Amino acid sequence: MKKYDPSTEVDFVVIGSGAGGGVMAKQLSQAGFSVVVLEQGPWGSYGREESANKDELLNRYPAPQDMLLSDPKRQVATFRTNASEKAVPFDNSYGCVVGGGTVTYGASNWRHLPWEFDEASRFGNIPGANIVDWPISYAELEPYYTQAEWEIGVSGQRMDSPFLAPMSKPYPLPPLPQKGSGALLRTGAGKLGWTVVPNAAAIITRPYMGRAACTNCGMCSGYTCQVKARSSSAVSLLPFAEASGNCEIRANSYVHTIATDAGGKVTGAVYFETLNNDREIFQKAKAVVLCANGMASPRLLLLSKSNRFPDGLANSSGVVGKNLLSGNGGGATALFENPLNEYKGCVTGAAVVSFVPNDVKNRGFYGGARMTARGQQSPIQYGLSGPHGAPSWGTAYKKALIDQANRKMQMSNFISSIPVETNRVDLDPDVKDPWGLPAMRITQKSHDNDLKAIQFFIDRSVDVLKAAGAVQVWADEVHDARGGAHARATCRMGNDPKTSVINKFHRAHDVPNLFIVDNSSFVTGGRNHPTLTTSAMAFRAADHLVKAAKAGDIRI
Amino acid sequence: MSLDETARRDFLVGSLAGLSATMVAARWPAMAATIAVGQPTVFLTAAQAADVAAMAAQIFPTTDTPGANEARVIYFIDLALVSFAKDSQAVYTSGLADLQTRAAAMGAASFAALTSDQQIQVMTAIEKTPFFAAVRTHTITGMFAAPQHGGNYREAGWKMIGFDDSLNFQEPFGYYDRV
Repeated sequence: MKKYDPSTEVDFVVIGSGAGGGVMAKQLSQAGFSVVVLEQGPWGSYGREESANKDELLNRYPAPQDMLLSDPKRQVATFRTNASEKAVPFDNSYGCVVGGGTVTYGASNWRHLPWEFDEASRFGNIPGANIVDWPISYAELEPYYTQAEWEIGVSGQRMDSPFLAPMSKPYPLPPLPQKGSGALLRTGAGKLGWTVVPNAAAIITRPYMGRAACTNCGMCSGYTCQVKARSSSAVSLLPFAEASGNCEIRANSYVHTIATDAGGKVTGAVYFETLNNDREIFQKAKAVVLCANGMASPRLLLLSKSNRFPDGLANSSGVVGKNLLSGNGGGATALFENPLNEYKGCVTGAAVVSFVPNDVKNRGFYGGARMTARGQQSPIQYGLSGPHGAPSWGTAYKKALIDQANRKMQMSNFISSIPVETNRVDLDPDVKDPWGLPAMRITQKSHDNDLKAIQFFIDRSVDVLKAAGAVQVWADEVHDARGGAHARATCRMGNDPKTSVINKFHRAHDVPNLFIVDNSSFVTGGRNHPTLTTSAMAFRAADHLVKAAKAGDIRI
Repeated sequence: MSLDETARRDFLVGSLAGLSATMVAARWPAMAATIAVGQPTVFLTAAQAADVAAMAAQIFPTTDTPGANEARVIYFIDLALVSFAKDSQAVYTSGLADLQTRAAAMGAASFAALTSDQQIQVMTAIEKTPFFAAVRTHTITGMFAAPQHGGNYREAGWKMIGFDDSLNFQEPFGYYDRV
C-alpha cells in the first residue's frame, strides 16, 4: 500500500471508510489524487476475508481488534428524548471497522423514488416537521445509482412499477433467494392484492469482479462475509483505491479535529493512533472529505470548533446535527406449520412495496414503508431471545423453543421518518469518551405522525401474515425511534446556506475545501434504507470533485 | 463448523483476566482438556460447580431430549468465567453465597441438594437478580455455542433446534420455498 508521511500535504483526507468514504477514496485515488483514509475502527478481516470469524460466540464477545461495531465504552453516546432531560449513556451501535457499516449490514440497497426528492413541493410540510425538497432530482442522481449498482455489485430485479424507481439499466446480478419468508409473503400479499418484489441487495449472486457468489451461509448480518459476496466497501471499493497506488488506508485512527487556518479553510485532520499509545498525528491535506456517518460526522464538526467557527465547523446555519432521522419500524412475528429454516441465506429475500407512496388522505399520516419479510436468528440469539408466548426458562421454555424452532418469520417495516429540528446529535456537556472528548449526545422523539405510521404497518403486517396462513401471530408494540442504524440528514444538503450545511455538490457552504459525503447529506429519509443513495451521492460528488480539483478548485 | 484457530487464540488472549498472553497460550490446551465429564473446573470450586450445574439443569432441563447436563454446559460456564464473561465473576460469587444461605434456611447442605421443586422455588424467588440473569444467559449460550467452547456437547443444542452449521446452503431452505 502507498504510504504518505503525515507532514506531506496530500490532496485529500477521507474520514471514514464505509459507503461514502469507500466510494470517495476509490474515485479520487483512481483519478490520480493522493488520498489518505482515516478509519477509527480496526482492520477487521480486510484483505483476509476468508479467515473471518463465523463463530457466534466469538462474534458476540469479540476481542478489541476483532470488533466490527462501535464499542459503547469507546464510542460513547448518551440519549434523551427532549432538551429538558439529562441524557443517559446508551449503546448506540454503528459499523466501526475498515469498510464501516457495509461490512456487517444486511445489505438492502434500494433506490429512492423520484418523488422522494421533492416531497415538500408535492405534499407540503406538516406541523412540527421540517420537510424540505432536496436540491437535486432523481434524474440527476439516476446515472450514479446505476454506476453504484454496477461498480459495487447489487443484485435485484428491475420491474416497471409505480412503487419502484425507474432504472436506465437492469441490475448486474439476479436477485437472492426469496427464502421461506419471501415465499410466504408472496402467498399472503397475493391474497391481499399487494405487490411483492425480490429484495435489492449489495450481495452478489454470481461471480462478479473477481469475487465469489453468496453461499447462503446465513451468518450474514453482523458478520464479515468470508466469500466476499457482500459488496462491502472493504471488498468492492477500498481494494481498488489501494490498487491505484495513490491511496493509503490507516485503521485505528480516531480523528478528533478537522483543522482550519486563519483564513477559514481546512488544513487536514488531527487524530489519535489508538494502537500506538494514542499518539497524536496531524495529516496535512489540501481538502477534507468527511464520511464518518450520520452521527459521527456532525459530532466531529461540532468538536472542530475554533475562534473562527465558534459553533462548530461548517455550522454558521446552526443546522449541523439537527433533523436527525434514524431507523424506525415495527412489524409482527408469526408461527407457521412447517419449517422455514430462516437461518439459511441472507437477511431478507422479498418486500411488499405497495405502501411506499404517500397516501395521507386514506391513511391519516404522511409517509409510507417498505415491508420486508425475514426471520434470521442464529442459535445463541434464538435461545436467548426465547420462544414467543412462553416462560424464559424451564421445561415450558424448552418445549416451546423446540416447537417454534425454524417455523417463525417476521415482518420488519422500513418506514419514512419525519424530520424534526429538535431531533439532533450534539456534544454531551458532561459525559466524555476515554480520550476526554465530549460524548455524542442524541436527542430524539418521534413525530406523532411516525407513531401512527408504525401502528398502521404493524396492522398490515398482521394482515399479511394471517393471509399467508400463520398458525399464530404476535404484533409488535409501537416504539419511539432511539438512535441506532440508518442515521441520516444531520448535515443536510441545500441551496440556502442559512438552512443547510452543504451545497448540492457536497461542499460545505462555509468552508470551500470541506466536503461531507455520507448519510448525513440526506434531506428527507425516503423509505429508510439509505446505503445505495449514499453510494450514488458519493459517485456523483466524486465526479464533480474530480472535475473541480483538476481545474484547480479544491481549495479555491 | 471449524473454529478458526487464530480467532480463538486472539479471543482468549484478548479477554482472559489477570493472565498474560503467554500464560493463556500455555494454559489453553489444559483448559480445553478440562472439558470432559468429571474433570476439575477452572474458576468454580467443585461445590459451586454443582450448584451452578443444578441451576443450569433447571433453566434447560433434561426431558425426552438432552438438557444442560448432557450438553455439559457447566464446563462452558466455568471457562466463560475466566474468558468472555470474566466480568461476571463477582456476580457469581455473591449469588452463589446467597444461594447457599437460602439452601441452608431450607435445611439442605447446598442448593444442589434441594429437591427439584425446592430448586425451582428458590430460582423463581431470585429470577429478577443479576445473578440469575447471568446464569440463564450463560446456560443458554452454552447450549448453543459451538462445541469447541465447552458446551453443546456433540451438538446436542444444535440438533434439538434443527440447526445445521454448514456455511453453504442451496434452495429450497425450507418447506415454503420449494418450487
